Amino acid sequence: MGRTLAEKVYDAHVVRRAEGEPDLLYIDLHLVHEVTSPQAFDGLRLNDRPVRRPDLTIATEDHNVPTTDLLKPIADPVSRTQVETLRKNCAEFGVRLHPMGDDGQGIVHVIGPQLGLTQPGMTVVCGDSHTSTHGAFGALAHGIGTSEVEHVLATQTLPQVKPKMMAVTVEGALPPGVTAKDLILAIIARIGTGGGQGHIIEYRGEAIRALSMEGRMTVCNMSIEAGARAGMIAPDETTFAYLKGRPNAPQGADWDTAVAYWKSLVTDDDAVFDKEVVIDAAALTPFVTWGTNPGQGLPLGDAVPDPASYADPDARQAAERALEYMGLTAGTPLREIAVDTVFVGSCTNGRIEDLRAVADVLSGRRVADGVRMLVVPGSMKVKQQAEREGLHEVISASGAEWREAGCSMCLAMNPDKLTPGERSASTSNRNFEGRQGPGGRTHLVSPAVAAATAVTGRLSAPADL
Amino acid sequence: MEAFTTYTGRGVPLRRSNVDTDQIIPAVWLKQVSRTGFEKGLFSAWREDPEFVLNKPEYAGAGVLLAGPDFGTGSSREHAVWALQQYGFRVVVAPRFGDIFRNNATKMGLLPVVLPAETVEALQTRAERDPAAEITVDLERREVRAGDLTVAFDIDDYTRWRLLEGLDDIGLTLRHADDIAAFEQDRAGWLPTTV
Repeated sequence: MGRTLAEKVYDAHVVRRAEGEPDLLYIDLHLVHEVTSPQAFDGLRLNDRPVRRPDLTIATEDHNVPTTDLLKPIADPVSRTQVETLRKNCAEFGVRLHPMGDDGQGIVHVIGPQLGLTQPGMTVVCGDSHTSTHGAFGALAHGIGTSEVEHVLATQTLPQVKPKMMAVTVEGALPPGVTAKDLILAIIARIGTGGGQGHIIEYRGEAIRALSMEGRMTVCNMSIEAGARAGMIAPDETTFAYLKGRPNAPQGADWDTAVAYWKSLVTDDDAVFDKEVVIDAAALTPFVTWGTNPGQGLPLGDAVPDPASYADPDARQAAERALEYMGLTAGTPLREIAVDTVFVGSCTNGRIEDLRAVADVLSGRRVADGVRMLVVPGSMKVKQQAEREGLHEVISASGAEWREAGCSMCLAMNPDKLTPGERSASTSNRNFEGRQGPGGRTHLVSPAVAAATAVTGRLSAPADL
Repeated sequence: MEAFTTYTGRGVPLRRSNVDTDQIIPAVWLKQVSRTGFEKGLFSAWREDPEFVLNKPEYAGAGVLLAGPDFGTGSSREHAVWALQQYGFRVVVAPRFGDIFRNNATKMGLLPVVLPAETVEALQTRAERDPAAEITVDLERREVRAGDLTVAFDIDDYTRWRLLEGLDDIGLTLRHADDIAAFEQDRAGWLPTTV
């Protein structure tokens, strides 16, 4: 029987297989950041264990870092201690670190691909659930907890049970103005926040093939929001073109060898998926969330749903709670929802293509009175590239704030946060209660919708302007 | 890791679905660099509401959390598991769990028990009617017992064994250091390194 892409990558990394035990899987790349690593390094010290492969490990500061005043010490002493702890641990254990202010610093899931460290067929882990981002390259990539971070640091392996396989096939072409973010929000709304549990999702079909690497990363990034630990897309010419010439990509004869291997990383025609979903791309429109989990989304042209319309009692109760928390009334057209803040950034939508989309919409326009808009590049390299293209001038001229790189308001561990009751349109990945600050209300949107919303002050698409 | 064999204690009904790890422990609590003190952050936003179930004195000291479907979705933060354990929970029962949360829990000795939604609902109702009613979660026999109700749950043999023995995964893996070294010998030379 044929194998899926995920099975091929999985099988190629099995170090040890024994009856009645999980497989031991080799990890090619371990990404580390300040939040989920300190207790893991402590565990190594306690047991007098080294980092087995510092040369397959890289660290960055992202979750806590302020996006202004980079040259000053971090004002919050607890955040500062966490960042300083990472620096101390990386120095002690010999791990390469990109600290705040460094050219290579950025969100962990932006810098891996940017350096060419994320390549097809690799296994990638990080103590962060959005590690699924790297699956856009045909890598098997998933988030882990701190115990597993320590396990990978100590052994460069993880005990794993082979997940089930799920295919999400997106047929046809996305209509103009409909982006990768709209697509993944629509997929999550369709299959639910538990739809991918226990599975690796492979995204396939014409609309997926047509996406840029940035778009593919956006789709794979939010696999976890559909319950899947990993999402993958088979590598193709788009992947190879993105990788070629990057600092850590193979070079010379190695490049040809690598590409030949990468081309074998496709699901065989006779492979079998445990679950399959087909999405019609042509039927999609800009998509936004109205509730407090990423599955609570609808086309922008719809209205806030009536909880009574849900047959499932859990879904009905969740919708009731969500409307109460979000301060929304059933039947209100989504386009009438006014926002206070617009956030552009995160590992979902903080890459150069996202910033171009935002600048495109903002060009010659102004952010609405009373709306605060933050634009936070995903990495310092993305920031520099945007500045070379003059995007920062367009963004600043519109009245939006152009910031330094980091996770920022996606999870509000740094000073960028919503105040209680404040409402945002956000290009990030989670609309959970309090995610962007205690009491804050989040609507997940694409970069283009975020920019249009900033201009009108209400949830809007560029076509509305 | 703390070993788990059998636990008998009271249950707390948490009638909510999609309880993500941001709710279990909000991000502000993740800035600590130690492994202790997370019980203060457990459901900290919800605990501001005096009516929240954990604030009811009759549930103080209960060790079994009876949760709705899709418990522990979202962020990979193991701090969610630490917070539940340090608050005093030994078991979480739910119809479905987020994969990473479930995995993290088994690494720490917090037992995630999957039961059908109707059974969880029945256990919640029972805990609401009689907060003093005890529930036994027996990992050796893979069953939950509550009054007249006895219901089996699934857990794979290996995870069950690790939990019963309280074994540390790293120690188990390092027994196979030779296999790891042999695998490393065969890795392609063009694979990237970070140095």
